This record gives sequence, structure tokens and C-alpha cells, in this order.
Amino acid sequence: MSATMAGTGNLPRPLMRVRNLMKHFPLRRRAIGLGRSSVRAVDGISFDVMKGETLGVVGESGCGKSTMARVLMQLIRQDSGEVVFDGRTVGDRTLPLQAFRRQAQMVFQDSYASLNPRMTIEDSIAFGPIVHGTTPAKALDRSHALLARVGLAPARFAGRYPHELSGGQRQRVNIARALAVEPQLVILDEAVSALDKSVEAQVLNLLEDLKRELALTYLFISHDLNVVRYLCDRVIVMYLGQVVEIGPAAEVFDSPRHPYTKALLRSVPSGDPLRRLDAPPLSGDPPNPIEPPSGCRFHPRCVVAQPVCSRAVPSLTDCGDRHAVACLRWQSGSGYSPASDIGGLPPIRTVEVSHA
Amino acid sequence: MTSVSAVSQPHGDAGLLPRLDAMAVRSPSHRARVMRRLARDPIAMMASAIILALIVAAICAPWLMPADPFATSMLKRLRPVGTPGYLLGSDELGRDMLSRLMLGGRLSLFMGIAPVVMAFVIGSAIGILAGYAGGRINMLIMRCIDVFYAFPSVLLAIALSGALGAGITNALISLTAVFVPQIARVAESVTTQARRSDYVEAARASGASATIIVWQHVLRNVTGPIFVYATSLISVSMILASGLSFLGLGVKPPEPEWGLMLNSLRAAIYGQPIVAALPGVLIFLTSISFNLLADSLRMAMEVKQ
Repeated sequence: MSATMAGTGNLPRPLMRVRNLMKHFPLRRRAIGLGRSSVRAVDGISFDVMKGETLGVVGESGCGKSTMARVLMQLIRQDSGEVVFDGRTVGDRTLPLQAFRRQAQMVFQDSYASLNPRMTIEDSIAFGPIVHGTTPAKALDRSHALLARVGLAPARFAGRYPHELSGGQRQRVNIARALAVEPQLVILDEAVSALDKSVEAQVLNLLEDLKRELALTYLFISHDLNVVRYLCDRVIVMYLGQVVEIGPAAEVFDSPRHPYTKALLRSVPSGDPLRRLDAPPLSGDPPNPIEPPSGCRFHPRCVVAQPVCSRAVPSLTDCGDRHAVACLRWQSGSGYSPASDIGGLPPIRTVEVSHA
Repeated sequence: MTSVSAVSQPHGDAGLLPRLDAMAVRSPSHRARVMRRLARDPIAMMASAIILALIVAAICAPWLMPADPFATSMLKRLRPVGTPGYLLGSDELGRDMLSRLMLGGRLSLFMGIAPVVMAFVIGSAIGILAGYAGGRINMLIMRCIDVFYAFPSVLLAIALSGALGAGITNALISLTAVFVPQIARVAESVTTQARRSDYVEAARASGASATIIVWQHVLRNVTGPIFVYATSLISVSMILASGLSFLGLGVKPPEPEWGLMLNSLRAAIYGQPIVAALPGVLIFLTSISFNLLADSLRMAMEVKQ
């Protein structure tokens, strides 16, 4: 790995280090004799999560964000690669799964499906602590305290069932449930995507407050770029199971390096009706993750692609300011000729308002 | 439904915006909610009443019977319904039909319910194990189950009973064996569904072991649907048990049992059609009551979001 985030200056130490994480889902053989193909959902991902930061993960649907979250939580086992938490390898003798799951928790997108419909919410929240050896009475106390903290008066809500709550209230319960085992890291997998905008804002503020109070670290997976920009310190951009760009949120959003990141940012509708795009910044669906394109996986959709892009595989290259990008343009000696670089993306047109 | 916590409300108007901490909103448990919905369902209530009446009549038969169900009388054979002393007529050996139907209900209802209860326990255990284990273990268990499933249930029951020999115990065993694969299949499918759900994922992420997850999360969510399915099998079991008796593989005469009575009265169908049909009517009534109850139960169990 050429670009490791740690070790440049006096940065906070990494809480979690992900190294070369790989998860392929095998497919059925289509015919006898043909090799077994697989969906490369997560294909060699490496990054660090710093203690106390909010790390955003963005990318199109199907780029492997959720699979990555599930592998990080060890709900699915990776094919190769390792997750090192606080200096100890997850699943090792030094950090068994059970112990890891006290340290890391996850909030799922579907607030209804992730709560047991037959359990009262106080029991759902108390379940984790009880599993880890807290007495039921103490666990219920903690459950009530957490309910109060996430803004649901325990006296009114503790004994209710999930279907009796609204989506926002349920997601608060899920957050309380995740916090019940006092984790250091919370993985938020599209945790606010299904909520109304107003409720989403409330829950985001709650998440920010909780992070400050409890010194949490967030891994925030979302496809909503505005939310990621608002919430995150650093951002990872994923494309087809790989990291294409990683860096501080301000850097990535203001001076994106990877053409995919640029296109992704362009696709956020502007609030200004006078600024319009003439053509969609990204055309077509993402390529098939079963047989990803050769070379740079983005080259078939890339506007600045050169012949070399279909041959050479770009590696994540440091380009200063803790910012790294996997693009041949930014890799010296890759064979990409910057001379023929012609900007690429369709320009944003400022509409002249005519009173015809 | 709300219940006010122990803090006493001096004026008793707990419903009028009391202080929040003084009032605990307790949602009724799932079971309480299902029961309340069932109580509001007239069909469920009627079916339950019929089943209850039949069970009470069967259990109390020795004390309620108007006559000796084994006393034969060659002179008073095949009396019609309403004959004095024979309220529901008499059978081909002159025995009182009402008494025999009441006493026969014991065996018939037992043969309807007992195999299903046994199959419910065994089949659920197998199905939940297969469903939660998934993968190869699931494949192995379910393919074995499929072998049993391949036979029509009537044929399987007859074959097993025939091989084991006549008698109540053997009929019970063969009927249980017929229902285990069916219940296991349902249990497997609902468990597989539950295993893939986010709340089980979340429980796994909490660090809970598979045993705890099955016990605390899966079981609560799968027993309902399995129970509903099992309830609907009671009628099938009764009919199959009656069929076995009809073929001479279940209960032996002179013990009264509805299926057996139907068989022996077959010859009298032209002479006394109503009397001959009575055991069948009771079998029909019990089956349809259990089926309607199962239907109502299924509807009452649906959680509306």
C-alpha cells in the first residue's frame, strides 16, 4: 500500500486499520467446464479509521458499501485481508469476536426490520448488555437511561413495540441499542437514508451530540453527499468494491482528484436553478462486478480515459494533505500523458435569463 | 391499553395528562393483543365454543352419557333419531348413538390433537435447527424430510400403521411421522426468513451466541406461524385417524370412535341415513372448527405496522 494514512505528522492514532479486505460471493456455475465466477463485492480495500473521527463512505448503489460494513462487523467473514482494531487483529486470540462486538456496533438502514417485532424496545436495547454479562436489572436501567438520552421518555416508550413507533423514533432506538454495549466505533450503514429530511436532521444532530459526549468514532456510510459533507471529517469514495479516493472531507469535496469523484459531486443537484448541467455527469450503470473492466475499473465511463487506463491498474497514490487517489493521471510514470488532458467533464452552464 | 404504575393518582383521572414520570405506558404483549383480537372475532369465538363443547362432552362422557354405550339390543337396532330413550337413535347393534358419540369423541379428539402436538414439538425442533444452521446441514436435513414428504400423507399413514400393526399407539406414531415433515418444512422456511432478518443480524452484532439468538429472537417470531399451521393439521389428523380406524388399523371394536362408527354404520346408510351420517357430521364439525380457528389465529397474529 503506497498511501497509508498513519504516520504523517501528529495525527490521532488509528482505531481500526483495514488491510486488503476482500469478499467475493461465488456464483453458481453457468455450465459444466466453465470456471466458477464470483461477485467481487469488496475487492482489496485498505484504510484507517482514526480515533474520534467521522469517516464517510460514499459511492453508487451496489459498489460494496454495505457488504464492507457487514464484513467490518464480521457478520460475514472476509475471504482475505484483516481488520485490526486498537492494535489487535479481529477474530484473533487477542481480540475474539465477542470482545470485538463490545467495541464496535452497527446501525442498520431499515429501522423496522432491525428491531425484533416481538420484543419491547427496552428489551431490545437491554439485550446486548445482558449478552455481555450485565444483570438484567442493570441492563434495563441502562436501557432506560439511553432511551432518555436519545430523546424518548422511558416512561412513555420503554414498554412499546417497534410497530408502535415512527421511523425516526425507531432509528433512535436502534442508536440506543448500538450504544448500550458502550462501543468505541459505531458503523452507520445508511442509518438516516430512509428518514424524512426533517427527522433526518434531528437524528444527525443527535448523532453529533452523542459522538462528542461519548467520544465515539463513526464510520458513516451514505449515498447522500450533502449529509456526508456536513457530518464527516474524512471521506472514502468507493467504486466497484475498491477505494478510488480518500481524504479530508473538505479536500475531497472542494478539490476532487478522481474523475469518478468529480462526476459524483457534479451529480448532486444544485440549489441554484441557473446552474444547470447539459448532460448527466455519469452515464450508464456501473459495470458488472462479476467481470469488472480491465485496468482501471472506471475507464469505460471515464471522460478522461486514455488507452493506458484499460491496461494498467492504478494504485492508491498519495497526493498530499492526507489525500490519496487511485487514478493513473496522478500516478507518475504510469504512462498517462497529461498533455492530452482536456478537462473532460461537461461544463456547468450558467443560464442567461432572457425575458423574451 | 395502558396501565398506570404503582404511583397512586388521588383523583383517579390518570388519563388526563398526568405527569409523565407517574405514568408508564405499557403496550399489551403480543399474546394479549392476539387474544383480544380473537375475542372480537365472531367466527373464532363460535369455532372455539364448538371445540370446547365437544371436548367437555368427551371428557365428561362417563358421567353425562344417558345409556351404556356397550349395551347391545338386537330388538332395538337402527332406531331413528328422536326415539324415546335413544335421542340420536341406535346403531346396528342397538347401542345408544348419543352415548357412543360422546365416548367416541375422547379417542377421536385425542387422535386429532395428540399427533399434531407431538409433531409440532419434533417438527419445529428439526425445522428450526435446519433453518438456523443453513447451508449444508439445512440441505441434508431437508432432503431427508423431502423423502417423507414425497408420499401422499394418507398412503404414508396407512403404510406405517400397516407395518407397525393395528392399535392406538401405532396409529399415533404413524400420524406423528406423517406430520413431522410438514411442520418441519414450515418451521424451516420461517426460520430461514428470520435468520436473514436485520434484527437477527443486529443480535449477532451484539455478540450473542447462536443458542441465545434462537432462544430469544428466532423462537418468538417463528412459533406463531408454525402454531397456526399445526392447528390446521388437527382436522387432517382427525380425518386420517378416522380413516385408519375405518380400515381397521386404528381403534378396535367395540371401542367407540367416530371413524370406526362411520365404517360400521355404512351398511345402514339406506335404512337410517341420518343416524349413519352422525359420526361424519361430528368429524366435519370438529375439522371445520379447527380450520376456522387456525384461520382466525393467523389473521389475529398479523402485526400491522
